[in-house]
Formats: sequence, C-alpha cells, structure tokens
Amino acid sequence: MAQIQTVRPLSPHLGIYRWQIQMVTSIVHRATGIALSVGLLVVTWALLALARGESAWHAFTACAGSVIGIILLVGWSWSLFYHLCNGIRHLLQDAGLGFRNKSRKLSQNQGTYVRSSWLAVVGSIVLTIIAWVAVWGVLA
Amino acid sequence: MSYPGFETDTRNPMKHARNHGSAHAGVGHWWVQRVTAAALIVLGLWFVITVITFLGSDYATARATLAQPWNATLMIAFVCTAFWHAQLGLTVVIEDYVHTRWHEVVLVVLIRFLAVLLALAASLAVLRVAFGG
Repeated sequence: MAQIQTVRPLSPHLGIYRWQIQMVTSIVHRATGIALSVGLLVVTWALLALARGESAWHAFTACAGSVIGIILLVGWSWSLFYHLCNGIRHLLQDAGLGFRNKSRKLSQNQGTYVRSSWLAVVGSIVLTIIAWVAVWGVLA
Repeated sequence: MSYPGFETDTRNPMKHARNHGSAHAGVGHWWVQRVTAAALIVLGLWFVITVITFLGSDYATARATLAQPWNATLMIAFVCTAFWHAQLGLTVVIEDYVHTRWHEVVLVVLIRFLAVLLALAASLAVLRVAFGG
C-alpha cells in the first residue's frame, strides 16, 4: 500500500503550463483580494478620523488627496472592480455555469470560461474609468 | 495505514481520513465565503457610489451624510461583511503559502483577531457619528 502511494503521479505544476487567461484571472483575484484587505484598513482609518474630529479628518483627506494617495486609490478602485467582476464570475461557476466549450477542439481554447475571464478584465477597467470620470464630475 | 479490514478493502486508502480525521468545517468556510461575497456585490457597489458622492464635501456635511440612518446601517454592514470576507480569504492564502505549521496557526489567529478588532472599531466610529457623540 505504501508503495502505491509513493509512485502516484504528481499533478503538473506552474512551470509546465502555457500561460492562459484563466490562470491570470485566478492569481490576480487573490492578489486584488490581499490588496483590498489592506484597503479596508484605510476605510477603517477614514471612519475613525471622521468620528474623532475635524483635524483628524483633514489629515486623512490630505493623505488621500495627495499624488501618492490618488495613485493608491486608483489601484484600490481597480482592485475592487476586478474582484467584484471576477467574483461574480466565480459565483456563477460555483453554480455550474460558464464551462461550455464553443469549439469541440479544446486546443482552440474558446470556452465560455476564457471569454468570461476577458470580460472580467475588460469590465473592471471600464468600471474603473466610469468611477473616476464620476469622481472628476463630482469634484469639477 | 491501517484500519479494520483494510487488507480486503478495494477502495483507495485515501478514502479514509488520517490522524484525527476531518474537522467537518471545510464546507462552512466555503459557504460563508460565498454568502459574504454575494452580500458584498450589493454593499460594495453602494460603498463606491456613496464615497464618490461624499467627495468634496466639508467635514460637517460628511458627518451628516454618514449619520443618516440607512448610510450608517449600510456602512456598518459593509465594514463587518468586508472584514469577515477578507479574513476568510487571507486565511486560505496563509494556509496555501505558509508551510511551517506554527507560523500558519499564529498568522491565521492574528488575522482573525485583527479583523474582529478593526470591524468593532469601525462600527463604533460609525455609531459615534450616527449618534453625534
């Protein structure tokens, strides 16, 4: 019995696979999730500053409105929209949807899961642009 | 590998859980991750829209906006759900990449403590604003 266990084949690891969009969307989902966890700290900071008083709030808005602050906020907003789009995709896949192959040939890689991956990527970029145009509209 | 009658068992030995066996908690984690995700679709979109409309307002207006009952309610719901979801997600990441068992356990527990503490702090801050304290 012990012999059988040791000779079992290992599943192929990252180095063997050709990069596919589904791998990218899966890894980026994790990365944006970690980034958003850090972003939650900033949300907490903002709420505590708002409760504490005017000077604490101004210290927060000064940081958030600085060049570095805005660069980080653009990153966090894209992370949120990406995690949202790809998260909805994963929820649908959990329900068993979105696994159909358009072509019989798997090598052509035209499954619904490929197109929904691209949809999550493009959708998140579009939503980020819409959000920042709205920000510009509110502030202008 | 030994369990009663394993010599005649035709099933794969991996069918039987080793050591203490399954904790029966795996599905609970998976399910709560999905339920909080579904809630965060709505709460996350509400949060983004609210923050954008917040922008450019002075301190008093920002406080008054958050103090509105539904805004305060949804903000607490958003923060608590988001911390819960984040804690579940970070736990999986730690379990996958931290291979020293005691590092893994310490990190998972630390992340959970932090999430609860910060969710409480953020909720109390919202309540202070809502009740004008």
